[in-house]
Formats: sequence, C-alpha cells, structure tokens
Amino acid sequence: MRHIYLDNAASTKVDENVLKSMLPYFTEKYGNASSQHFAGQEAKNALEKSRRIIAKSIKAHTHEIIFTSGGTESNNLVLKGLFFNNPERNHIITTKIEHDCVLNTCRWLETQGAKVTYLNVDKEGFVNPKDVEKAITDKTLIVSIIHANNEIGTIQNLEEIGKICKQKNVLFHTDACQSFTKVPINIKKQHLDLVTLNSHKIHGPKGVGALYIKDGIKITPLTHGGGHERNLRNGTENIPGVVGFAKSVEVANSKDVEKITELRDKLIKGLLKIPNVQLNGPEKRRLCNNVNVSFNNIEGESIGGYLENSGIYVSTGSACMSHSLEPSHVLKAIGLSPVQSNSSLRLSLSKYTTEEEINYVLQILPKIVEKLRRISPLK
Amino acid sequence: MTLKYSRKVMENFLHPKNMGEIKNPDGIGKIGNPVCGDVMWIYIKVGKKKEKEFIKNIKFKTFGCTAAIATSSMVTQLAKGKNLDDAKKITRENVAKSLKGLPPIKMHCSNLASDALKKAIEDYKSKQTQKT
Repeated sequence: MRHIYLDNAASTKVDENVLKSMLPYFTEKYGNASSQHFAGQEAKNALEKSRRIIAKSIKAHTHEIIFTSGGTESNNLVLKGLFFNNPERNHIITTKIEHDCVLNTCRWLETQGAKVTYLNVDKEGFVNPKDVEKAITDKTLIVSIIHANNEIGTIQNLEEIGKICKQKNVLFHTDACQSFTKVPINIKKQHLDLVTLNSHKIHGPKGVGALYIKDGIKITPLTHGGGHERNLRNGTENIPGVVGFAKSVEVANSKDVEKITELRDKLIKGLLKIPNVQLNGPEKRRLCNNVNVSFNNIEGESIGGYLENSGIYVSTGSACMSHSLEPSHVLKAIGLSPVQSNSSLRLSLSKYTTEEEINYVLQILPKIVEKLRRISPLK
Repeated sequence: MTLKYSRKVMENFLHPKNMGEIKNPDGIGKIGNPVCGDVMWIYIKVGKKKEKEFIKNIKFKTFGCTAAIATSSMVTQLAKGKNLDDAKKITRENVAKSLKGLPPIKMHCSNLASDALKKAIEDYKSKQTQKT
C-alpha cells in the first residue's frame, strides 16, 4: 500500500545527501574528537566544520553553538542551566503554547523555587509583545517563547519581543525547532540570547540538536564530565549526527519553502471546502508546512484511523491521543472548545510532499468526514 | 494510530455494524460527554417472543475514537436478538473480549457501549411503567 506521510512536524525523512555525509563517520572516521591522534582530529575537524555551518545559518559566532541531543535537551539546558546559575533572579516568562519540554521543565522548576508566568495568546496563537513587557519584573531572568508553534504553526514576532527584552535587560530565548531553515533566524535582528535548534525536523538524523548561547551568558551544565562543548554539555560528541545535522542545514533552501507553502495553501483551501471545517492558527505568518483544522462533531483519532487505513499518516490534538487523555493545551489556549480540539487534525508537509499526494488526501478525506458525521450523535 | 488495536477492533471500526438511528425507538440510552471525547447513543426496538421481551432491532450513533466506535458496533451485535434480561447482563469485559481485547488505556474511557445499552433498556422499562 502507498504511504503518504503528513506528520513532518513530528519527524522527517533523512535527506539522501545527509545520510551520505554521515556514513563515513560510522565505519571510517570513527575517532573520538577529544583524542589527540589523527583519527581524533579528523572527528574534531568534522565537529568544528559542522559548528561553523550551524552558527552561520543564524548569524552567530562559531563558538556560541553547542551541540546537544535535540530540542528537549537544549530547552532543558537553557531553563534549568540559567535558573541554577542565577539564584537572585527566579522569574521565568513563557507562554501557554510552548512545547511540553518547556512547559514541563518550567513546572518542575516551580517546585525548585522558580516563579513562572505563562502568557496568554490570541485566537491565532500570537503573543502580544505588550504582555511580555508588562510581565517583566526586576526578578525576571528569561523570556522563552516558541518561534513557530508545533501544532498550529503561528510564527511569533521575535524581533519586537526581543527588543523589549533587550531594553529591560532580560535574556531572550526561542525554541526554533519547527521554524529552523523555514523562517529566517537572525540572532542580531531578533535580539536573541539563546536559541534551541534541532535536526530531525529538517531532514537530519534524530538524536542531535544545538543550542546557541550568546557570548558571556553563564549556565550551569546538566551533565558533568570530560569538558566537552565548553563544559556545558559533557559526553562524547555524536559526530555522525552532528555532521548530518549540518548537512541538513546546507541542503535546506528557499525554493523548497516556496513549494511547500503552495501545497499547504492548496490543502487548506481544499479542506475548508468541506462543510463545518475551521482552520486553527493564523492565515498569515503561518509556518510553511503546517495545516491544522477542526472538523467538528467527529473525533480526531477516528479520522486519523480511517486516514491510516488509506495509507495517510497525520496527527491529532484529540484527548484520545494524548498520554494524559486531555485535549491539546495549545488548542485550548487559542480558545477552542474540547469538542473542537478533539476533532482536530494536524497535517504537516515536507519537501517530499507532492501535489498528487495532496490531491489524494483531498479526495479521501471528505468521504471519511461524511461517514463519521453520519455515525456521530453530535450536530 | 499509535495504539495497537486488534484486527477485530479495526474491522468493527472501519465497517461498523448497526450504525445509524431508529425512528420512534422503544428506548434510547445516551452516555458520555464530549469534553472527555466520547458520546454514545443506543436506540432499541423491543419485540415479544413467547411472552419474553427481546431486542428486535438496535442501532448506535457515536462520537469517539476507534475504540468507541468499535465497542458500539460490537455491543449492538451482542445484544441483537437477546432477551432484555440477558442483554442487560452484557458487560464492558464481554465487549472487550469479543473484540479480542482493547488497549488498557481504552478499557475505561471508550468502553461505554454496554452502559449505553443498559440505559436504553432502562429507558424502555421506565416508559412501560409510565404507560401502565
């Protein structure tokens, strides 16, 4: 059976060129970058070259990038590392639509004495920069706001928020896991002090990510060891992963973004032709590969189950699919009712998505919606 | 999707039996709450065979996940033709077993079909008492 993968916000296919770039570092150039001999230096060179590529892509200095195991670790390191290094400033500002790895880190830090402000967002998921300004106190250590939301694709105005943080002398962090290579990130323009990046959302391998830490910012490491990554992230470097990550950044290009945007718009337009369907998240300033809709009165897991039966992979914000059996916190934050959240579907595209695949989805999905609505007692 | 469902669950989900509604039903059982994700309505038509009342026809409407739709479909098949006393005895476990098992997380949240059936039978009986 054919498979149509529309869950690229969860993870992506590794690009062939990325895979090729990684392979020598498993069986030929497998040295430890800390070793002094040639094999070690070969690994070290690959590590530093990769670091330059990542740094350049966000206009940072090479030494301001450290590699981690991914977005979750980078976000944990930022929040915990700063909190433990700054006992006199215990206030963190974030939003209600962050990824779980930020929200749950903040909730844990609250048990350690942190005070956290979770900012509201508007109906499209945007943070009001004025709310950030109002929330800042003399105890505020950091403002952490997701660049592009993973569920509804809202792209925040980092530049404006960053300006406020700079004026108020508060650190500014963004989780750019979804936006990296799709939306420009420029640490100077956006006044960013810390940026979380990852590889497997951009056709790189899983298990590798990065953190940009502006010169002079001190953080307490989560791991202690042999002094790797400026002693901020100890543990032997994942050279094949890092090399693949850098390659995935090199192969990313604006043409792909344009193509994905066109297909996204076609998909949204087609879905909105189905009666009683609403788009969740913004029309403008929306991540190029994100579609999120609510079908109302039918349940997301069921729609997903029927789609899977036709070989189409998507995800849903339904309570049924979460570990907690709670509907998505992001959809709740933008004001959706539980029924609307439970009937939501996220379809996320990639450079490998074809027009033919989108046409197929638009042919299959209306029939599924009609069938499930016939079964549903809700009107 | 991420959950591993039995083939029997998938059959009943993709090709549910007895879906829809009955016009002028003898009893309706409504259960669930859209907030947590599942709503089930069961409609029954009651017949009489040798003085015993039995479920002559049964249909369902469900808002819910794969497991919710599959259990609804299964309970209607288990109940159809049974006399009311036996139909009332159908448990969540009976439904799950007939579906060759349900993922543990779905045992409680989506396995409400037998409760909806009991409500439909009670609804029928209360209407009968009102008549007499």
